[in-house]
Amino acid sequence: MTTKPLKLKELAKGEDRFAHGHRMCAGCGAPIVVKQVLMATDYPIIASNATGCLEVSSCIQQFTAWKIPWIHSAFENAAATISGVEAMYKSLVKQGKLEDKQVKFIAFGGDGGTYDIGFQSLSGAMERGHDMMYICYDNGAYMNTGIQRSSATPFGADTTTCPAGDVIPGKPQQRKDLTRIMAAHGIPYVAQASPAHWMDLMKKVQKAFEIKGPKFMNIISPCNRGWRSRTDDAIMLSRLAVDTCYWPLYEIENGVTKITYKPKEKKALIDFLKPQGRFKHMFAKENEWMLKQAQEQVDAQWERLLKEDSAVREEKPAEG
Amino acid sequence: MSKKFWETLPQGSVVLEAGSSAKFKTGGWRSMKPKWIEENCIQCLFCWMYCPDMSVKVTAEGKRAEFNYDYCKGCGICALECPGKKGNKAIVMEEEGK
Repeated sequence: MTTKPLKLKELAKGEDRFAHGHRMCAGCGAPIVVKQVLMATDYPIIASNATGCLEVSSCIQQFTAWKIPWIHSAFENAAATISGVEAMYKSLVKQGKLEDKQVKFIAFGGDGGTYDIGFQSLSGAMERGHDMMYICYDNGAYMNTGIQRSSATPFGADTTTCPAGDVIPGKPQQRKDLTRIMAAHGIPYVAQASPAHWMDLMKKVQKAFEIKGPKFMNIISPCNRGWRSRTDDAIMLSRLAVDTCYWPLYEIENGVTKITYKPKEKKALIDFLKPQGRFKHMFAKENEWMLKQAQEQVDAQWERLLKEDSAVREEKPAEG
Repeated sequence: MSKKFWETLPQGSVVLEAGSSAKFKTGGWRSMKPKWIEENCIQCLFCWMYCPDMSVKVTAEGKRAEFNYDYCKGCGICALECPGKKGNKAIVMEEEGK
């Protein structure tokens, strides 16, 4: 199959594979992520879904927003479920009971169902080498159950289980860098994307579908309820996350790291933190150290990534 | 919508109709309403790409058409992302019911 051209005018003529009428909150980032992922390709897709906002509000009783075969079984096993579907498909094709239609398999999970609860099944499916893609839409907390901290919650964020107050100033720990953990599995393709940079996101999805084996994509997905921001700023915030290098856009293909978008001017992290109420307490006089520390964390992560970027390494030959 | 009882539902919690959520109209959630001003529209289609509710209609020729108010929840992403023409936005948010 030839890769679909990514022109808005052409894409707009196609049919959405994620329907309206779903019950995600107004201004949620997750349906934008799902729609862009499904739009990027014409391959038939079968998806599984971990429990989470996306799952509960896209499939309620007799209503489903999905126009593709979709399965939900539990919170912790989206990757295990789809790996089973993939293995069955492969077997039936081999036995001649099914015609091979080049079906692609995706598991969708939120950060709770990916970083924490679904992590062992994800790690297992990646290790077994199933031909599947795992997509994590990362909104940085358990938003579905009422904003509890997850291991994807950024440093300093106020959630209902790490509330900013007299005892602690929000989440004391740093977030876990899952994209790197997945890369450490030695799988052929790992990428990080943002719905604001739709072209970059869709190119990564297209690239991933042409690669055989396990793939992982981590996509930022703003949540105005949990981030305590406005309903209209999902795209603006995901763009700021990229421009401040809080959420760098890069891919690791067969161990080679490539930064796919470098902001012309790296913005200060406070530009990303300021519009979000969950970081409000960090702007108080006594918490200024937190802003400094959060910026240092982002700088360190970006510096490390720059050093690993293949383009930079090629320019500077190794010494000695 | 008629009430369904367990005997009439498909076994195994299966939903047999793809995209049946379209029968559930979410337009009633809206408190702010986007208004499209065609003369300021440069047909960039960003509103279509960024709409979380697939509520921007597009014609068969790939041109932007009116909003689908049956499903638009009025989040305002389209209005914020709209580049407009010469500084004039092609989408503005208005209070619903005015």
